[in-house]
Amino acid sequence: MLKIKNLHASVEDKAILRGINLEVKPGEVHAIMGPNGSGKSTLASVIAGKEDYEVEEGDIIFEGENINELAPEERAHKGVFLSFQYPVEIPGVSVTNFMKTAINETRKAKGLEDMPANEMLKMIREKSELLEIDRKFLSRSLNEGFSGGEKKRNEIFQMAMLEPKLAILDETDSGLDIDALRIVANGVNKLKSKDNAVIVITHYQRLLDYIVPDYVHVLHNGRIVKSGSADLAHELEAKGYDWIKEEVNA
Amino acid sequence: MELKEKLVSSFMAFEDTVDVDSPVHDIRTEAIKHFENEGFPTKRQEAWKYTSLNSILKYDYSVFPKHEEALDFKDVKKYFIHDIDAYKIVFIDGKYSSHLSQTTHDGIDVCLMSAALTKPKYRLVIENYFNKIAAKDGLSSLNTAFSAEGAYIHIPKNKLVEKPIQILHFSTGNEAALMLQPRNLVVVDENSHVQIIERHQSLTDNPVLTNSVTEIFANKRAIVDYYKIQNDRETASLIDNTFINQKQESIAKVHTFSFGGKITRNNLNFYQNGERIDSTMKGITIIGNKQHVDHNTLVHHIEPNCESHQDYKGIFGDSATGVFNGKVLVEKEAQKTDAFQANNNILLSDKASINTKPQLEIFADDVKCSHGCTIGQLDESAMFYLRSRGIPEKEARGLLMFAFSNNVLDSVKIPEIKNRITKIIAGKLGVNIGFDL
Repeated sequence: MLKIKNLHASVEDKAILRGINLEVKPGEVHAIMGPNGSGKSTLASVIAGKEDYEVEEGDIIFEGENINELAPEERAHKGVFLSFQYPVEIPGVSVTNFMKTAINETRKAKGLEDMPANEMLKMIREKSELLEIDRKFLSRSLNEGFSGGEKKRNEIFQMAMLEPKLAILDETDSGLDIDALRIVANGVNKLKSKDNAVIVITHYQRLLDYIVPDYVHVLHNGRIVKSGSADLAHELEAKGYDWIKEEVNA
Repeated sequence: MELKEKLVSSFMAFEDTVDVDSPVHDIRTEAIKHFENEGFPTKRQEAWKYTSLNSILKYDYSVFPKHEEALDFKDVKKYFIHDIDAYKIVFIDGKYSSHLSQTTHDGIDVCLMSAALTKPKYRLVIENYFNKIAAKDGLSSLNTAFSAEGAYIHIPKNKLVEKPIQILHFSTGNEAALMLQPRNLVVVDENSHVQIIERHQSLTDNPVLTNSVTEIFANKRAIVDYYKIQNDRETASLIDNTFINQKQESIAKVHTFSFGGKITRNNLNFYQNGERIDSTMKGITIIGNKQHVDHNTLVHHIEPNCESHQDYKGIFGDSATGVFNGKVLVEKEAQKTDAFQANNNILLSDKASINTKPQLEIFADDVKCSHGCTIGQLDESAMFYLRSRGIPEKEARGLLMFAFSNNVLDSVKIPEIKNRITKIIAGKLGVNIGFDL
């Protein structure tokens, strides 16, 4: 589904990713862990197409197609979804209207008609129940005045609505209390299928207790320096990152 | 001949058409002298530093249109808020159109200034209110000198006027260039409530210059909701001079939607003569090309415990220019004043500009006054957020601009107006707002 080959990316001439290689197949859950500043969020943003980052070298292949040059919305239309670490507050646009616009623009890009209103409402109802989101919440301005937990739940709600092939969860666990974490993880697990894939980017192992990865990768200095099974996450939790850094430097 | 000389010399011809023995005519005669002394404002005056009228004063305007023109309702329907039941006072090239109007004398007076200025039954109201708060500057004086026609609205006490009143001025292009001086008087007595919608619309590309004066009196506990829809052609210019005198516990709200015209200048003045008064002025300006919109507001806080709220949003594209000059004057006696002013702008091009200037003059020591102006581009992180959800760049831009201006509409109480303005905004921003609000 996703193949990243020798990806180098920089922001304002500062190299952040220095040769990432990663392959994600349908049905898989990959966790990307690593210390602060290792390039985790940059990797997420580059896959989603944030234009502040310059891809210097390498390829991002999604479903057999190189998407390096595609606009963020084109990647979204193909099924890439990024759950933001810091969702942006947009006063004046309600959650519902935002979702309707996003879904219908995606359908338009695929040559489909707008989703009928009753179908949209039904979908909104189902997915908001899945994330235990109050109806009142949906008429509020997008992320404006939301608590940290509400923002993250709202991200996963959007993911549920857009049904992406590849979901990248960037530090979705940060700022969540244990109940919110459980709700979010439960939502992600229910959306998982053999046809889609998830990349979980996290600093800590605790989210991985709920969303169990098939593979764990450790990112350090813009490279994946170690890959393993879910056990690697436990090891990192117990031992920290220093031993990895030492291994790399050895 | 310069326009000023032409206007001054036209005054004699104008006198042939009005009753020169009425007290009102003394006011006119005084006003033409004022205008002769003051002339048109220039950029040398502080309040006109960023707005030059030169480009619109060069035309050879007709001051008295020769022809009377009729219009079919179906041809101009779209300029009305036509999906609500409303009183209508309609003028074509400055002349009253009874055909398009729906006036009333049933408990309230919604009729013509020409009648009010001449008929005895209105004499007392005219004596008490006419030209009592209009400024004595050149432009207002010019209007006063030629004041003969416009809307006259008098709501006696304890009346809730259910139907809004629409005032429309059409110019047909029968004259190569036309200058209009509409004069409106609105008197709302104790406990009464009125909603008014005003629009000036040119139907051809012949130049039109409208110099309008509206005096509004909101007496004790009166509520006045005034909506100005400015979406004219790029050959039409408007100088709107509005003066509002408020008595205790009255509420006056003016929404100004400026979407088009060559030069639009809004002089909006509130005078708070009583306690616990609420004055609100809100505006959305969305212009492009070489259009120019200038909002010049004044709130004069004279007595204690009053509020004023100003919220103006502007989006300027192409080579469009904007001005916001908001003056809040708090007198020494006006303790516990709560004055808020915000002016937020987005510039869409390098050639667009906005000059924004808050002016707070506060002589009382126990007040809450705040102001803020911002000028910016669209938030790039918000753009990426929307685009990452599949919303294309153009639509994302439109959605953000829409959201930016949208909250000004929260205080619009007539849904039909809200819908109309929403549609105009969506059209201006080139986005399909495919959802209900």
